[in-house]
Amino acid sequence: MAERLTGGERLAVSVRQPGPIPLAADFHCAAGELLALVGPSGSGKTTLLRAIAGLYRPLNGVIACNGERWLDTGSGIMCRPQQRRVGIVFQDYALFPHLTARDNVRLALGHLEPQTRPARAEQWLARVRLDGLADRYPVELSGGQRQRVALARALAREPQVLLLDEPFSAVDQVTRRRLQRELALLREAIRIPIILVTHDLDEAVMLADRLCVLHGGRTLQAGAPGELLRHPVSPEVARLLDRHNVFEGEVVSVAGQRYLQWGPYRLEVAEGLEALAEGSRIAWYLPDSDVVLHRRGRPSRGERENPVTGQVIEMVVLGGMTSITLGFDHGRETLRFDIATHAARRNGLARGEQATVSLLAGGIHLMPDVDPTIDEERA
Amino acid sequence: MDWTALSVSLRLAAFTCLLLLPVGLLLGRWLARARFHAKPLCEAIVALPLVLPPTVLGFYLMMSFGSEAPLGTLWQRVTGEGLNFTFTGILLASLVANLPFAVQPVQRAFESIPPNLREAAWCSGLSPWQTLWRIELPLVWPGVISALALTFAHTLGEFGVILMVGGAIDGETRTLAIAIYDRVQAFDEAGAGAMSAMLLTVSFLTIGVVYGLAGRRRWRRG
Repeated sequence: MAERLTGGERLAVSVRQPGPIPLAADFHCAAGELLALVGPSGSGKTTLLRAIAGLYRPLNGVIACNGERWLDTGSGIMCRPQQRRVGIVFQDYALFPHLTARDNVRLALGHLEPQTRPARAEQWLARVRLDGLADRYPVELSGGQRQRVALARALAREPQVLLLDEPFSAVDQVTRRRLQRELALLREAIRIPIILVTHDLDEAVMLADRLCVLHGGRTLQAGAPGELLRHPVSPEVARLLDRHNVFEGEVVSVAGQRYLQWGPYRLEVAEGLEALAEGSRIAWYLPDSDVVLHRRGRPSRGERENPVTGQVIEMVVLGGMTSITLGFDHGRETLRFDIATHAARRNGLARGEQATVSLLAGGIHLMPDVDPTIDEERA
Repeated sequence: MDWTALSVSLRLAAFTCLLLLPVGLLLGRWLARARFHAKPLCEAIVALPLVLPPTVLGFYLMMSFGSEAPLGTLWQRVTGEGLNFTFTGILLASLVANLPFAVQPVQRAFESIPPNLREAAWCSGLSPWQTLWRIELPLVWPGVISALALTFAHTLGEFGVILMVGGAIDGETRTLAIAIYDRVQAFDEAGAGAMSAMLLTVSFLTIGVVYGLAGRRRWRRG
């Protein structure tokens, strides 16, 4: 563990405890990187953020930043929040209601000479585009303005890490988009690790360099958003990332060639099958972008196209896109994909109709390290 | 008009407020933040003077202040004086009788501070003491003012406990409330009326001033 912590990364977290809040989390975040902790409610996201800030003490673990050990339970090190130089934006912002915006920021400038603090507070407010509102109390500011004061206060301390706990959840959609854009711009100016806690997957994918998927306090997988969405390490991760097309299949061999047997279909897979033992049952996943609808009456005969035919059991029109769910005779598993609404109409898709699609071999992702039946009970 | 009795009442109210202020702050903050099994018991003990008839509370205090009781004996040994029928005695009784008025509003005020405000202060670099002075106390200020106002007004009007512990010794334990009772007993309705009007005015002015101090702040507008 020590080797990992003294690497190039700026913030490294490795904490464990059986309870009362179970934790088994390992992740790191480099300077200038934005790592999003994603997971359902109760997955331990906020607890981890509080542990980094020094507001929660896990039973076992190490939290290090810039080579400084903020927490090392083995050595009895537990730095207080005041000693950690952490900037944190709370979900409800936690602004001091009896202080103006300027004084809220000024309070975090204790590391500067007293006479320089008012001017510096003004500078921070200007930086988050709140100049002119310094004399307002939190109650006199809008939700978005309060969030900016909280951000200015967090940054005013010149922190070594910036922690954002669901910072956009308390504002309306329009303000949220604007604030997200401002955060993306701000990132270019501050070169510190930023940890974003969110349950909004779209927000995480849009803003983060890497995602870290959490469940029950455990880190299940971390990686770039695109990588995670295409290659979840397990059905559980796929489910947590709101991915639908997770199935169970069997590795078969026909004429020296490996295939993935899924019900009556013998599917070709671009990579990963050769390493697996014949007869093993595995979970597999296909992004809906790799499902190609066949035009009616003109089935594709492409070499690697894996044609499968199912019955439309659900059609949901969401604006210009339609979500199609196909059911199959060989089991309860369903395949879901989105197509343009006009394409659905042109192909005469309707509930109860048969439809044929290709499952692109290059998109099939095998998850051989897990028991494929594990997730079925939860689904 | 019994100016001596008014003076005793005001002195008693002022000392009670002064001495109960730190007690209310410490006990109120502790009860607001601490989590332990016996907390309801502690809260019940603090609230007990609210529900006990003043004569019952006064009786128990009088008994414990007596020279046969441990407290009375100890006091006698340390100071060389008794507690019953003295200003110190009615002050101690007043402190006990007013404990819930001094503690409960402060406790409620501390309870209303969201925990993450303290945490935000710590993460902004403020020590626990700085957090108390710069964040918590300004936020509980209206609760403290309420506690002081209630304590002051209740002490001015206290009758049963004072009479049981202090009697009616002129210049020592005879408060305005007791003097009014004495005047009525002596069929001096004009004197009782003047003193009642005085008590009403002083109480009203005191409450008015403290509530004015606590008044609605700009930052409380919602």
